[in-house]
Amino acid sequence: MKKIINAADQVVQELMTGFVSAYERYYEKHPEVNGIIYRNRRKNKVSLVVGGGSGHEPLFGGFVGKGMADAAACGNIFASPDPGTICETAKAVDEGKGILFVYGNYAGDNLNFDAAEEILADEGILTAHVRVWDDCASAPPERTEDRRGIAGDVFVIKIAGAACDAGLTLDEIKTVTEKARNHTRSIGVATSPGSIPGLNKPTFELGENEIEYGMGLHGEPGIKRTTMEPADVLAETLYVNLLKDMPVEFGNEVCVLINGLGSTTILELSIIYRKIRELLDRDGVIVHDAELKSLCTCQEMGGFSVSIMKLDTELKMYYDQPCFTPYYAKEGR
Amino acid sequence: MISLVSLLIMRRKEDKIVEPLSVKTLKEMILYLADQIIECKPLLTELDSAIGDGDHGIGMEKGFLKVKEKISVMNPSENVYEVFATTGRALLMSMGGASGVMFGHFFAAGAKNTEPKAVLKTEDFVALMQKSLNIIKETGKAELGDKTMVDALEPAVMAMKMQDEPSFLDLFRSAESAAKEGAEKTKEYQAKHGRAIYLMERAVGHQDPGATSVWIIFRSFREFAEKHLPDKPVA
Repeated sequence: MKKIINAADQVVQELMTGFVSAYERYYEKHPEVNGIIYRNRRKNKVSLVVGGGSGHEPLFGGFVGKGMADAAACGNIFASPDPGTICETAKAVDEGKGILFVYGNYAGDNLNFDAAEEILADEGILTAHVRVWDDCASAPPERTEDRRGIAGDVFVIKIAGAACDAGLTLDEIKTVTEKARNHTRSIGVATSPGSIPGLNKPTFELGENEIEYGMGLHGEPGIKRTTMEPADVLAETLYVNLLKDMPVEFGNEVCVLINGLGSTTILELSIIYRKIRELLDRDGVIVHDAELKSLCTCQEMGGFSVSIMKLDTELKMYYDQPCFTPYYAKEGR
Repeated sequence: MISLVSLLIMRRKEDKIVEPLSVKTLKEMILYLADQIIECKPLLTELDSAIGDGDHGIGMEKGFLKVKEKISVMNPSENVYEVFATTGRALLMSMGGASGVMFGHFFAAGAKNTEPKAVLKTEDFVALMQKSLNIIKETGKAELGDKTMVDALEPAVMAMKMQDEPSFLDLFRSAESAAKEGAEKTKEYQAKHGRAIYLMERAVGHQDPGATSVWIIFRSFREFAEKHLPDKPVA
């Protein structure tokens, strides 16, 4: 496997150095830990800190910016950041109004962010968290809290960032962010594995002509393995499964994200969206906004996920606030 | 007749000196452990690649490199529990991942709220491990059979508690053997925690990396005890 790295042990450090210095207009790195901090963040508001394992770029670091997160705490490859990294990153952007943590619902992240919140509470810093669990293939509806967080992270961070900028209290922001999370579902299909940089090994085995529905970002097994199918079949299968989990009614407004997992092209994502849009139109669901990008990836993993956030008046208002990061930007409307 | 009695007396198990561990020896033992864990990185990575995302070996290496750094520069302490607390804190604050928190607890949780002690007796060590086990189970909501480090740690603690007036070597031997057996048994289990949970029955057949690390910890302690803490018969 050809991987453009130096030494395995240096991957995260070199990623941080390169990433932050490329966007130094916007970002600075925490002097001690792997925290990415937004230079021009608004003051006197609740701070939004996101985080998780590295290797999924632009998630999470690339969602730091105007109207989005104030900082990201970055872990090792596919591993949660430690509480030291989380605390120091949070303290660097603390404005005395409280910190909201938004992260994917994985055992390691939950434990480390909980430990960090405990340490911050001891230091008198007010905190809260929202765990994103949008992947409806990862556990049945009665076990929502066992579900993983995948590309739906982006919608939740977008809403949380806008709510922070609107000057809401920590409790209010937490409530609207939870609503965004509860209104978001994702499901994906993998066509080829990613890799752990330096391990020189695919994250899972998948036959040349095989695909797996619902496979996790780290290669966690999904719900169905089958042979490769045309784009329209893939799109329709995911759409049907998504709507089974979160019914969307005639006249509802949604935001859609077709997220590439790493090596899937805009061409392919566009062909998928074309079909998803056709199905939404057929069902009378109004697309408020759509996005075709690789935002939540696992190195060169092939495949895509479809995320849908169902809007109400409040979510729409926050979604329509402008935002800018090097990897995610919206004009206000 | 007389010779048989004296032979029996000589063979009595309690007739050996069990020296408590000093802060200095304990630090040496932790440093020895750190080197062993770092050496086992490929094994842990391989096990975790089968059912997790392959980061357990990397995390453990990172954590124990930090342990070596922190233990080496630790203030001269008269408290053995400070050595455990420093070790656990170094793991917690440097590893990341679920294992960072759990292996942090392995060393630090049992040392929390203890009266400072200049030397560690075998019963102190068993009490510390029992307390750590309880906290790990509580935090991770893990029970025996869930395919986690608890599957190695709980039998190890049980085995240590069964020892009657043991030496440290006896203690570590019993823990090592129980932990090894427990870790091997995880092959039969489906995971209930962590990323392996998504494998369902596909996790069966693979040994849990966290349980394996627990076994390596006790094995390293036993090796250290064999080299540096031999059972001494009463002179």
